[in-house]
Amino acid sequence: MTLDTGSKILRTVPREKAFYFFTSIGNYTGTSASSLKEFMEKTNEVNVKSLEFHLSRGDFEKWMAEVLQDTELAGEIRRLQKLNLTGNSLRDQLNFTVSRRFKRLTSQPGASRF
Amino acid sequence: MKLKNNTVFLDATDLEILRALQKDCRETYGAIGKRLGIAHSTVYDRIRKMEQQKVIQNYTATIDVEKIGMRNITSIMTVYADPKEIERVAEKLAALPEVLEVYTSLSEELLVIAKVSAASQENLHEFIANSVAPLPGVSRIRTSIITKKFKETQFSITNASERLHL
Repeated sequence: MTLDTGSKILRTVPREKAFYFFTSIGNYTGTSASSLKEFMEKTNEVNVKSLEFHLSRGDFEKWMAEVLQDTELAGEIRRLQKLNLTGNSLRDQLNFTVSRRFKRLTSQPGASRF
Repeated sequence: MKLKNNTVFLDATDLEILRALQKDCRETYGAIGKRLGIAHSTVYDRIRKMEQQKVIQNYTATIDVEKIGMRNITSIMTVYADPKEIERVAEKLAALPEVLEVYTSLSEELLVIAKVSAASQENLHEFIANSVAPLPGVSRIRTSIITKKFKETQFSITNASERLHL
């Protein structure tokens, strides 16, 4: 992975590309994330029903791959989906997976500004 | 028909003509006139004046969309938003083709209430996630999908005569 790729993944995206957390079809929680860092923080705060809803639909994986363009993290999220986790186990595992990826990306030289 | 302070005052004949058009807007001037005991030219003149004053805004066809297999999910969406942005949110929603009706309301908070139509639940969700949630000022959205319709009508002249300025 090049520094450019890491910077691209860690960038802040415009609001129309942000991730909007819903608890069910059409029910938006008011929480959104415009970057991987923000996503990592918000998954700790948002209603766990929202995490269950989006993971089962494959929304996280899709956003990671299509918006952040992080296919590696998208793959890790896909594997997480297969574990059928719910509640706080899901929150902990999701946060662990995203935090680990975030640390890897920010530990690259020149990535400290994120 | 008289105009005072931008309010149009209709007489009993105007109301009878409106009643006839609300029932069937394709009924001929002659048929309406015959039923009301007035000349078809009178019916024509009065309709033309009501069109000019925008009392009659349009003539539309009511379509049973489910029958033709289109847009079969209808929902009522309540959008909670920053009071400073509420008008702008309502205007933006009003411009979207998926949104059929838009209202602002004040209950405990200022809200925008909209009727939204989509081909499927997935389309509805995509629309709200991509076009509504990102609007500046939107703080929360609640959506109820309509499962059964018991009544849907427009304002009816027949049921409102006593509220009109006669």
